[in-house]
Amino acid sequence: MIQVLVFARLRDQLGEAVINLDMAAPARVHELRAALQQAYPSQADALNPGKALIAINQVLSHDEDAVITDQDEVALFPPMTGG
Amino acid sequence: MTLQPPADSILVQSDDFDVASEYQQLCTNNPDDGAVVFFVGRVRDLNDGDQVQQLELQHYPGMTEKALGSIVADARQRWQLGRVRLIHRVGPMNVEDQIVFVGVSSPHRGNAFDAAAFIMDFLKSRAPFWKKERILDGQGQTQSERWVEARDSDQQALQRWQADS
Repeated sequence: MIQVLVFARLRDQLGEAVINLDMAAPARVHELRAALQQAYPSQADALNPGKALIAINQVLSHDEDAVITDQDEVALFPPMTGG
Repeated sequence: MTLQPPADSILVQSDDFDVASEYQQLCTNNPDDGAVVFFVGRVRDLNDGDQVQQLELQHYPGMTEKALGSIVADARQRWQLGRVRLIHRVGPMNVEDQIVFVGVSSPHRGNAFDAAAFIMDFLKSRAPFWKKERILDGQGQTQSERWVEARDSDQQALQRWQADS
Protein backbone atom coordinates (compact mmCIF):
# COMPACT_ATOMS: atom_id res chain seq x y z
CA MET A 1 0.00 0.00 0.00
CA ILE A 2 1.19 3.51 -0.78
CA GLN A 3 -0.18 6.52 1.07
CA VAL A 4 -0.42 9.77 -0.90
CA LEU A 5 -0.94 13.25 0.61
CA VAL A 6 -2.98 15.52 -1.67
CA PHE A 7 -2.90 19.33 -1.76
CA ALA A 8 -4.69 22.36 -3.21
CA ARG A 9 -6.79 22.03 -6.37
CA LEU A 10 -6.15 18.28 -6.62
CA ARG A 11 -7.44 17.81 -3.07
CA ASP A 12 -10.72 19.43 -4.20
CA GLN A 13 -10.82 17.45 -7.46
CA LEU A 14 -10.13 14.06 -5.87
CA GLY A 15 -12.12 14.84 -2.74
CA GLU A 16 -9.41 13.44 -0.44
CA ALA A 17 -6.54 14.88 1.61
CA VAL A 18 -4.96 11.43 2.03
CA ILE A 19 -5.31 8.53 -0.41
CA ASN A 20 -4.38 4.96 0.52
CA LEU A 21 -3.57 3.30 -2.78
CA ASP A 22 -3.83 -0.46 -2.83
CA MET A 23 -0.77 -1.16 -4.99
CA ALA A 24 2.46 -3.09 -4.61
CA ALA A 25 5.51 -1.21 -3.34
CA PRO A 26 8.15 -0.43 -4.43
CA ALA A 27 6.64 1.20 -7.50
CA ARG A 28 7.79 3.82 -9.97
CA VAL A 29 6.28 7.31 -10.21
CA HIS A 30 4.57 6.56 -13.55
CA GLU A 31 3.02 3.42 -12.03
CA LEU A 32 1.66 5.42 -9.12
CA ARG A 33 0.27 7.95 -11.59
CA ALA A 34 -1.45 5.19 -13.60
CA ALA A 35 -2.93 3.69 -10.41
CA LEU A 36 -4.30 7.11 -9.42
CA GLN A 37 -5.78 7.60 -12.89
CA GLN A 38 -7.45 4.21 -12.62
CA ALA A 39 -8.84 5.03 -9.18
CA TYR A 40 -10.07 8.49 -10.33
CA PRO A 41 -10.91 8.07 -14.05
CA SER A 42 -12.89 11.31 -14.23
CA GLN A 43 -9.75 13.23 -13.12
CA ALA A 44 -7.30 11.35 -15.37
CA ASP A 45 -6.30 14.47 -17.30
CA ALA A 46 -5.62 16.49 -14.13
CA LEU A 47 -3.31 13.68 -13.01
CA ASN A 48 -1.07 13.82 -16.11
CA PRO A 49 2.60 14.85 -15.83
CA GLY A 50 2.94 18.63 -15.72
CA LYS A 51 -0.52 19.03 -14.20
CA ALA A 52 0.01 16.84 -11.15
CA LEU A 53 3.47 17.03 -9.54
CA ILE A 54 4.77 14.33 -7.22
CA ALA A 55 7.09 14.82 -4.26
CA ILE A 56 8.94 11.95 -2.59
CA ASN A 57 10.03 12.60 1.00
CA GLN A 58 9.24 16.30 0.56
CA VAL A 59 11.45 16.69 -2.54
CA LEU A 60 9.89 17.35 -5.96
CA SER A 61 10.44 14.41 -8.30
CA HIS A 62 11.48 15.24 -11.87
CA ASP A 63 11.76 11.59 -12.87
CA GLU A 64 8.76 9.44 -13.82
CA ASP A 65 10.98 6.38 -13.23
CA ALA A 66 11.88 7.31 -9.65
CA VAL A 67 11.18 4.51 -7.17
CA ILE A 68 8.69 4.87 -4.31
CA THR A 69 8.76 2.47 -1.34
CA ASP A 70 6.04 2.02 1.28
CA GLN A 71 8.32 3.90 3.73
CA ASP A 72 8.38 7.06 1.63
CA GLU A 73 6.25 10.14 2.20
CA VAL A 74 4.52 10.72 -1.14
CA ALA A 75 2.61 13.87 -2.07
CA LEU A 76 0.55 14.91 -5.07
CA PHE A 77 -0.20 18.53 -5.98
CA PRO A 78 -0.66 20.98 -8.87
CA PRO A 79 2.08 23.40 -10.03
CA MET A 80 2.97 25.78 -7.20
CA THR A 81 1.77 29.38 -7.05
CA GLY A 82 3.52 31.02 -4.09
CA GLY A 83 4.98 34.48 -3.62
CA MET B 1 26.61 42.94 24.44
CA THR B 2 23.98 42.36 21.78
CA LEU B 3 23.83 38.93 20.26
CA GLN B 4 24.20 38.83 16.49
CA PRO B 5 21.07 37.48 14.75
CA PRO B 6 21.53 34.14 12.95
CA ALA B 7 22.60 34.31 9.31
CA ASP B 8 19.39 32.80 7.90
CA SER B 9 15.86 33.22 9.18
CA ILE B 10 13.14 31.33 7.31
CA LEU B 11 9.59 31.55 8.63
CA VAL B 12 6.22 30.25 7.43
CA GLN B 13 3.50 31.88 9.49
CA SER B 14 -0.09 33.15 9.43
CA ASP B 15 0.81 36.37 11.27
CA ASP B 16 1.69 39.58 9.46
CA PHE B 17 5.30 40.80 9.63
CA ASP B 18 6.97 44.11 10.37
CA VAL B 19 9.25 45.27 7.56
CA ALA B 20 11.11 47.80 9.76
CA SER B 21 11.99 45.10 12.27
CA GLU B 22 13.13 42.74 9.50
CA TYR B 23 15.32 45.49 8.03
CA GLN B 24 16.81 46.13 11.45
CA GLN B 25 17.60 42.42 11.84
CA LEU B 26 19.45 42.54 8.51
CA CYS B 27 21.53 45.54 9.65
CA THR B 28 22.16 45.34 13.40
CA ASN B 29 25.80 44.53 14.25
CA ASN B 30 26.51 43.88 10.60
CA PRO B 31 29.39 46.18 9.52
CA ASP B 32 30.46 43.73 6.77
CA ASP B 33 27.52 44.32 4.49
CA GLY B 34 27.18 47.60 2.58
CA ALA B 35 24.07 46.48 0.71
CA VAL B 36 20.62 45.44 1.89
CA VAL B 37 17.91 44.56 -0.64
CA PHE B 38 14.42 43.53 0.31
CA PHE B 39 11.21 42.70 -1.51
CA VAL B 40 7.65 42.62 -0.19
CA GLY B 41 4.89 40.78 -2.08
CA ARG B 42 1.33 42.06 -1.48
CA VAL B 43 -2.22 40.97 -2.36
CA ARG B 44 -3.42 42.80 -5.50
CA ASP B 45 -7.06 43.76 -6.08
CA LEU B 46 -7.10 42.52 -9.69
CA ASN B 47 -6.10 39.16 -11.18
CA ASP B 48 -6.87 38.01 -14.75
CA GLY B 49 -9.36 40.85 -15.09
CA ASP B 50 -11.40 39.94 -12.01
CA GLN B 51 -11.75 41.78 -8.75
CA VAL B 52 -10.06 39.88 -5.92
CA GLN B 53 -11.76 39.99 -2.53
CA GLN B 54 -9.69 37.56 -0.52
CA LEU B 55 -6.74 35.25 -0.97
CA GLU B 56 -6.13 31.94 0.78
CA LEU B 57 -2.58 30.58 0.87
CA GLN B 58 -2.27 26.82 1.38
CA HIS B 59 1.03 24.98 1.82
CA TYR B 60 2.60 21.60 2.50
CA PRO B 61 3.98 21.83 6.05
CA GLY B 62 7.40 20.23 6.26
CA MET B 63 8.20 20.36 2.56
CA THR B 64 7.68 24.14 2.53
CA GLU B 65 10.45 24.78 5.07
CA LYS B 66 12.70 22.26 3.33
CA ALA B 67 12.16 23.81 -0.13
CA LEU B 68 12.73 27.36 1.15
CA GLY B 69 15.91 26.27 2.95
CA SER B 70 17.19 24.68 -0.23
CA ILE B 71 16.45 27.81 -2.32
CA VAL B 72 18.34 29.99 0.18
CA ALA B 73 21.25 27.50 0.22
CA ASP B 74 21.38 27.65 -3.61
CA ALA B 75 21.48 31.46 -3.47
CA ARG B 76 24.37 31.29 -0.98
CA GLN B 77 26.28 29.04 -3.40
CA ARG B 78 25.94 31.59 -6.19
CA TRP B 79 26.53 34.88 -4.41
CA GLN B 80 28.47 36.23 -1.46
CA LEU B 81 25.70 36.94 1.04
CA GLY B 82 25.64 38.07 4.64
CA ARG B 83 22.18 37.58 6.10
CA VAL B 84 19.05 36.18 4.51
CA ARG B 85 15.58 36.67 5.98
CA LEU B 86 12.53 35.08 4.41
CA ILE B 87 8.92 35.13 5.61
CA HIS B 88 6.00 33.58 3.73
CA ARG B 89 2.51 33.91 5.14
CA VAL B 90 -0.20 31.25 4.87
CA GLY B 91 -3.95 31.28 5.50
CA PRO B 92 -6.55 33.90 4.56
CA MET B 93 -5.42 37.36 3.44
CA ASN B 94 -7.12 40.51 2.25
CA VAL B 95 -6.29 42.93 -0.55
CA GLU B 96 -3.21 45.04 0.34
CA ASP B 97 -2.01 42.53 2.93
CA GLN B 98 1.66 41.56 2.85
CA ILE B 99 2.26 37.97 1.69
CA VAL B 100 6.00 37.51 1.46
CA PHE B 101 9.24 39.16 2.60
CA VAL B 102 12.66 38.40 1.15
CA GLY B 103 15.64 40.36 2.51
CA VAL B 104 19.34 39.82 1.88
CA SER B 105 22.49 41.63 2.91
CA SER B 106 25.82 41.52 1.12
CA PRO B 107 29.05 43.51 0.98
CA HIS B 108 28.03 44.83 -2.48
CA ARG B 109 24.72 45.64 -4.13
CA GLY B 110 25.01 43.42 -7.23
CA ASN B 111 24.95 40.25 -5.18
CA ALA B 112 22.13 41.50 -2.99
CA PHE B 113 19.88 42.50 -5.92
CA ASP B 114 20.48 39.24 -7.80
CA ALA B 115 20.07 36.98 -4.77
CA ALA B 116 16.77 38.61 -3.74
CA ALA B 117 15.37 38.23 -7.28
CA PHE B 118 16.62 34.63 -7.50
CA ILE B 119 15.01 33.66 -4.18
CA MET B 120 11.68 35.23 -5.20
CA ASP B 121 11.72 33.58 -8.64
CA PHE B 122 12.33 30.12 -7.20
CA LEU B 123 9.96 30.60 -4.30
CA LYS B 124 7.06 31.23 -6.70
CA SER B 125 7.25 27.87 -8.45
CA ARG B 126 9.53 25.60 -6.38
CA ALA B 127 8.11 25.97 -2.88
CA PRO B 128 4.79 24.19 -2.17
CA PHE B 129 2.42 27.14 -1.80
CA TRP B 130 -0.91 27.46 -3.60
CA LYS B 131 -3.17 30.48 -3.88
CA LYS B 132 -6.94 30.31 -3.92
CA GLU B 133 -8.77 33.56 -4.55
CA ARG B 134 -12.30 34.70 -3.90
CA ILE B 135 -13.33 36.98 -6.76
CA LEU B 136 -16.23 39.12 -7.87
CA ASP B 137 -16.68 38.13 -11.49
CA GLY B 138 -18.30 39.72 -14.50
CA GLN B 139 -20.20 42.82 -13.48
CA GLY B 140 -19.17 42.44 -9.85
CA GLN B 141 -22.39 40.65 -8.97
CA THR B 142 -21.44 37.10 -8.08
CA GLN B 143 -18.75 35.77 -5.80
CA SER B 144 -16.77 32.67 -6.64
CA GLU B 145 -13.59 30.89 -5.60
CA ARG B 146 -10.86 29.65 -7.89
CA TRP B 147 -7.34 28.26 -7.62
CA VAL B 148 -4.74 30.55 -9.15
CA GLU B 149 -3.11 29.00 -12.24
CA ALA B 150 0.66 28.71 -12.48
CA ARG B 151 1.98 31.13 -15.11
CA ASP B 152 4.37 30.37 -17.95
CA SER B 153 6.15 33.63 -17.11
CA ASP B 154 7.09 32.16 -13.71
CA GLN B 155 8.76 29.20 -15.43
CA GLN B 156 10.54 31.57 -17.82
CA ALA B 157 11.83 33.53 -14.83
CA LEU B 158 13.60 30.37 -13.65
CA GLN B 159 15.18 29.75 -17.05
CA ARG B 160 16.93 33.11 -16.79
CA TRP B 161 18.92 31.80 -13.80
CA GLN B 162 19.58 28.43 -15.39
CA ALA B 163 21.00 30.08 -18.51
CA ASP B 164 23.35 32.16 -16.32
CA SER B 165 24.99 29.24 -14.58
